[in-house]
Amino acid sequence: MGKVLKPGVVIKGTKDGLLFYLDDSRPFSAVLEELKHKLENTHAANIWDGPDMKVIIKLGKRQISQVEESSVRELFSVRKNLIIQGFETEGKHYLQGMEAGIEIKSGTVRSGQVLIHNGNLLFIGDVNPGGMIQSSGSIYVMGALRGVAHAGCHGDTNAIIVASLLRPTQLRIADVISRPPDQWDESETGMRFAYLSDHQIAVEKIHQLGQLYPDFEWKANRRRFS
Amino acid sequence: MGESILVTSGKGGVGKSTTTVNIGTALALSGKKVCLVDADIGLRNLDVLMGLENRIIYDLVDVIEKKCRVEQALVRDKRCDDLCLMPAAQTRDKSAVTTNEVRWLIAELKEQFDYVLVDSPAGIDVGFQNALSGADQAIVVTTPENAAIRDADRVIGLLEKELDTIPKLVINRLRKQMTKDGGMMDVDEVVAVLAVDLLGVVPDEEQVIRAGHIGEPIVYDNRNMAGRAYRNIARRIQGEMVPLMILEKEAGMITKMKKWLGFG
Repeated sequence: MGKVLKPGVVIKGTKDGLLFYLDDSRPFSAVLEELKHKLENTHAANIWDGPDMKVIIKLGKRQISQVEESSVRELFSVRKNLIIQGFETEGKHYLQGMEAGIEIKSGTVRSGQVLIHNGNLLFIGDVNPGGMIQSSGSIYVMGALRGVAHAGCHGDTNAIIVASLLRPTQLRIADVISRPPDQWDESETGMRFAYLSDHQIAVEKIHQLGQLYPDFEWKANRRRFS
Repeated sequence: MGESILVTSGKGGVGKSTTTVNIGTALALSGKKVCLVDADIGLRNLDVLMGLENRIIYDLVDVIEKKCRVEQALVRDKRCDDLCLMPAAQTRDKSAVTTNEVRWLIAELKEQFDYVLVDSPAGIDVGFQNALSGADQAIVVTTPENAAIRDADRVIGLLEKELDTIPKLVINRLRKQMTKDGGMMDVDEVVAVLAVDLLGVVPDEEQVIRAGHIGEPIVYDNRNMAGRAYRNIARRIQGEMVPLMILEKEAGMITKMKKWLGFG
């Protein structure tokens, strides 16, 4: 005894809604038990029956599976006024295996069209001025990116934007928006990528990608130089 | 059973009506039966470009409201017997017709003509939707300017959703000299952005405006570059393979001499 156990579920209120912090240091099933207790416990329930409330679930460093996500949603379904807006994991996508997978789409995103995607996206084709490509993960464009690209639109700050020809009207990563300089240096051809550093979007040549994101680097390459 | 082709652009003032009249006339001159439909209800101007304004008795809205038969509203061109115009109403507006009514009218016209060319109003609202109904194919007209290309891109997106065929592109008012010094986008750049098949390039010529002023389409002028470009477009619509025209003016004697001597 004497050891005070940190609660598994901490609820904080903001002006936009409620934040549920689920402790990532203990088994998820235990956290779920506690969450269930808190949601169904009638003594604390007087705050649950108010007007509709938006809820964001903070998972700490934990990533969950789709089954675990649906069990959380099921627990919340007893409280009709609590609407889950999203799950967040620090620096990563909240679902397991999401950052590994990549989906391929092709075509042209024309002016006035919006391509919305969940996860990482490899887009083969052009994004024209006035068009928009949006994804919760990273965006890789094999073609010309002339429109707006928004990577990590649910707050993933590690998302990057890569394009064979990077000439965007605007770049957005997580909640940071940036506009390229009015006059692009025309000699800047070749593949580039944009990433978030210090709450600012930076653009680098593609060969820098391996240095900035060692996880991405080709393994054999790394062994030879280290 | 003919084909219906929509001519549209998104942005106004890029030369939709001029293109419609000239392609239509060129098709008719090559022996096809052609009907031009002015779908810009309330702001008609195909009749003016063709010099037929004073021959209009009934119009498109009269036909749709069953005040007259289709044949009664058609105006035959004064130079070319195979060319007819279905004029728009000037006293009404876009809400006078519905998409289904336009679709019926175009289907009726397709029975009688080889080609039905529909001149769409600018914009992407009701008037455009009306003009689009009943179209089998579409031609998107743009000038090599950023604003026009942006709108053309938007329209191509909408057309791809509505039509089974991919729209074709006509680049209008190209100034070869300006593309050379970088003041205007060149053909390759425009095609690269819009990613559709190019149907033809029409050079910017003073004669085109003069021709519209006197109500005689430029295609009748055989020596004119723009007129020839429109004839080529008409041939390509009929499935012929015609190489793109070289738009540069014939080099002068002195330039040729210089080139020959190696100073060029």
